[in-house]
Amino acid sequence: MEFGAIFKAAFALVVGLDPGFLAIVGLSLRVTLTAVLIAALVGLPLGAALALARFPGRSAVIICLNALMGLPPVVAGLFVFLMLSRSGPLGPLGLLFTPSAMIAAQVLLVLPIVIALTRQTVEDLWGEYRDHLRSVGLEGLRAIPTLLFDGRFALATALLAGFGRASAEVGAVLIVGGNIAGYTRTMTTAITLETSKGDLPLALGLGLVLIALTLAINAVAFGASRIGARYAG
Amino acid sequence: MRDITSILPLAAGDVSYHGDGRTLVDGLSFTIPAGGLTVLLGPNGAGKSLTLRLCHGLLTPSRGRISWAAMTEGRARRHAMVFQKPIMLRRSVEANIAHALAAAGLPASERRERSRGALSRFGLSEKAAQAARLLSGGEQQRLAIARAWALRPELLFLDEPTSQLDPAATRQIEELLAGLVAEGITVVMSTHDLGQAKRLASRVLFLHHGRLVEDAAAADFFPVPASPEARAFIAGELLW
Repeated sequence: MEFGAIFKAAFALVVGLDPGFLAIVGLSLRVTLTAVLIAALVGLPLGAALALARFPGRSAVIICLNALMGLPPVVAGLFVFLMLSRSGPLGPLGLLFTPSAMIAAQVLLVLPIVIALTRQTVEDLWGEYRDHLRSVGLEGLRAIPTLLFDGRFALATALLAGFGRASAEVGAVLIVGGNIAGYTRTMTTAITLETSKGDLPLALGLGLVLIALTLAINAVAFGASRIGARYAG
Repeated sequence: MRDITSILPLAAGDVSYHGDGRTLVDGLSFTIPAGGLTVLLGPNGAGKSLTLRLCHGLLTPSRGRISWAAMTEGRARRHAMVFQKPIMLRRSVEANIAHALAAAGLPASERRERSRGALSRFGLSEKAAQAARLLSGGEQQRLAIARAWALRPELLFLDEPTSQLDPAATRQIEELLAGLVAEGITVVMSTHDLGQAKRLASRVLFLHHGRLVEDAAAADFFPVPASPEARAFIAGELLW
């Protein structure tokens, strides 16, 4: 197929809302959004608690979390694979090669980002708010809701960063999902497979969607910081 | 009006505070009875701000103790504090007040009414929906005072409340403070501004190098300070 025709076919797939194509996009979004949601529910309070807590070894924890932000997706995938494989500790759950396994692997990728960025945001805010919050009787864990709420614009950006990382990665979902057509095939694993098979229109179409998604994420992040600047000063 | 016993007088008994290997506040003893405006006066680094923080409970004395006539039960402390640089939450003007009320355990139904009352009392009603951090410096400090006032404190601590404001805003805040005293709120504030102390104080605690050098009624202090340090400060010769 010549170059122009590939683009044309890819465009037709995107605009024509091909069911197989939509299913792949849908699964990708479902997996990644669920992973980000779980990471947010766990990571926001944990990051805030880490910002306020003082304990021996705290610096080591922070360094590890910062390092984990760069955890290679294939390693995260491998780890979850080992956990979920027949002989692994969570083997009896039978989750390997299911969307749930993919969500678990992506949570592992997103969680360090959410915790580390939340920790930084909340710690900065606490430095600024400490006197007032302590004055009105909000100390320790009781200060967390205020700090998370007031850091909402920066935290939204942190979640978007997590979403960006999870939606773009291929290693983890490939290893624990297995790229099973119609079941665990996501945009990134499909692009990998279709490119090597030579079905370039499908690969390119999915690539276009991914790029559009990245653009959208950045637009939203930009908007959030703009609104934040206007509203929060 | 209040059906509970007063938390005043506040008594500081031989209070010291060490930090960075130095004694920053050294053996302070004084009492703050109900009423009036007490100024903590002294040059920079005298320990004024630390003393306010110790009294308000933001810091724990290294030695000695701060005691109140009545212990306050529950979350509401009945003494509040306003800081040198107004700390504005990233919320609307009204939400800033409502947040403090929520922290004090006030039910949601009362918060709105009380925040509105505070806004109108301090002339901020028109700004209720604005972002607090986009107010001018003077308005921010006014909001900080309104927020503290909404907590219905018996005693209000203010740490150099006008040191970052222009003269017009300073004058406004000073008028406000006089109004609070007239309302029956006991005010304790720190300042290094002699003119401001003269305009506002009914009593002066003069601090120097972390020690309480002089404790006198304002009417006695300003014309004839008893200590050489205070005389030097008033003459403008004592800078730290």
